[in-house]
Amino acid sequence: MKIYLPLDSAAVALGADEIATAIRAQHPDATLVRNGSRGMVWLEPLIEVETPAGRMAFGPMTPADVPALFGDLAAHPKALGLTEDLPWLKAQTRLTFARVGVIDPLSLADYRAHGGLSGLERALGMAPADMVTEVTNSGLRGRGGAGFPTGIKWKTVSEAKADRKYIVCNADEGDSATFADRMLMEGDPFTLIEGMVIAGLACGATKGFVYIRSEYPIAIEVMQKAVEIARAEGVLGARVLGKGAAFDMEIRVGAGAYVCGEETSLLNSLEGKRGIVRAKPPLPALEGFLGKPTVVNNVISLASVPVIFEKGAAHYKDFGLGRSRGTIPLQIAGNVKYGGLYEIAFGLTLGEIVDKIGGGTASGRPVKAVQVGGPLGAYFPRSLFDTPFGYEEFAGKDGLIGHAGLTIFDDSADMLEMARFAMEFCAIESCGKCTPCRIGAVRGVETINRIKRGDAAAMPILTDLCNTMKSGSLCALGGFTPYPVMSAVTHFPDDFSTQKEAAE
Amino acid sequence: MLDSVEVTSRVGEILTSHKGMEGALLPILHAIQAEFGYVPQAALPIIAQDLNLSRAEVHGVMSFYHDFRENPAGNHVLKLCRAEACKSVGADRVAAHAQKALGIEWHETTTDGRVTREPVFCLGLCACAPAAMIDGKIVGRVDEAKLDGILGGLK
Repeated sequence: MKIYLPLDSAAVALGADEIATAIRAQHPDATLVRNGSRGMVWLEPLIEVETPAGRMAFGPMTPADVPALFGDLAAHPKALGLTEDLPWLKAQTRLTFARVGVIDPLSLADYRAHGGLSGLERALGMAPADMVTEVTNSGLRGRGGAGFPTGIKWKTVSEAKADRKYIVCNADEGDSATFADRMLMEGDPFTLIEGMVIAGLACGATKGFVYIRSEYPIAIEVMQKAVEIARAEGVLGARVLGKGAAFDMEIRVGAGAYVCGEETSLLNSLEGKRGIVRAKPPLPALEGFLGKPTVVNNVISLASVPVIFEKGAAHYKDFGLGRSRGTIPLQIAGNVKYGGLYEIAFGLTLGEIVDKIGGGTASGRPVKAVQVGGPLGAYFPRSLFDTPFGYEEFAGKDGLIGHAGLTIFDDSADMLEMARFAMEFCAIESCGKCTPCRIGAVRGVETINRIKRGDAAAMPILTDLCNTMKSGSLCALGGFTPYPVMSAVTHFPDDFSTQKEAAE
Repeated sequence: MLDSVEVTSRVGEILTSHKGMEGALLPILHAIQAEFGYVPQAALPIIAQDLNLSRAEVHGVMSFYHDFRENPAGNHVLKLCRAEACKSVGADRVAAHAQKALGIEWHETTTDGRVTREPVFCLGLCACAPAAMIDGKIVGRVDEAKLDGILGGLK
């Protein structure tokens, strides 16, 4: 009997390890595979049992539900049917996450059996310039949030002349409501490795780093093991798969600084310095890690590369809308009924995502606001629920899609408090290099406190401060904190006036 | 507290094992904290000399990052997520409950040295919030009762 039980952090946080212990104690003969999560977090821990008809899902499991797994499966109280038939999963387009939750994350044989390394095999038969063109043609844009075309970044690095070049994977996924990087690294680490190897071959880089935040202990462990396996199996090393150039990589661990998700700050941190933002230019593509040409790409950008090479740029590009091509792993979080990871082509409306896929709030109360794109993203009210999910479409509504995380709030949310928190977070996490961020965030907290006390004169000051931060900050931390603040002010004015009216 | 001979010898071993690594300072500080539970001040000049940095530079790096401690934490470290997704489902309420139950503010340790309470900004458990981490073990959907259970089980 083969049983799949996720090692994914969300499953573990909801008791997966206790269930593993129960299974091993009761049925030591059963083969237990710790896989990635299928992304339906409300059903975690979700167990799958291999049957002749396919994998059957059960969840959310508790240790008390384990004994019944060894009886009539159809009669199990937590039986959900065949995993592949679950509507939430079936409606998705899984390209980047195709293997997550399906395979044993640390079995290279399993990885190969599910199409793994075929992208790299194809890349090995191509000239570096053609590899870069393939990525450019796919329309892939940086999934970390900035949306910069990945192919153009690669081209710059590939054409730069230097004795050493680097591929750096930004796995400092610090935005609240985002966990796609974590799920990918925990559930299909070889995909990221394969994407980085292709990046290395295309750009002439021989060394890669994955900078993972310290808050992700399971992802760190899985990635470290996967790199060792990849090295032992010749995916990494002096000759990639026995025929390519050299490429090797290291896993590095962050130390709890949110700003290190910003690429230049990350590079400083990787060099062993304070995670202070660098002014651009020079671009990291020309002077990055240790002053050498460096590709800095998000996990999902790099992990989307293998499928682009496996199925071709055109296949990937056919999904999406406008200038947002391919698929995006939506991370639906916060006060939501059906939360988790949902990979789909760009273009669904915010309302479809929140109401249909997410099923509204977990509390059952009306949805008041959705913060899209993490702590630096705007709060969207219901009146903007017709906004299609795409880079330009959200920018057009004074928002951003960021890393595609969505935090849903019910009507009990106090938007003044959320705006104040955005400023407080910026003050705590500011690297201190530029004044609008370092001082502005502190003044922002004070100014919002004044508004809360009913001081009407404080509102124009807040607006002015936000404009200063927006145009005067070096990076997105100070530059984008005004998004959540001003969107809260604009879309939820009632939350900023109640105290004043009460005082009058 | 540790004696300086012990710190010097163990830090020396850690530095040796990181020789030749590009940008080794963060991995070194992580290794020292894993060894001692904090980064002893006595370690800083040794690291500085080895990496050809000033002591101020090493201090500057260490103090920049939230993870590195100058002093030992309590026997147990409770990290509670304060970020937006957790706030949307009651993280502030749970944090206030922990503050009351333990009688300590953020970054403080109970007088008996049992528990240190720290904020964390996102554990990536945003679809099963509020999230917490106790001694490195992650917990999802933390409410007051679950928190009491966790705290009650600590020695």
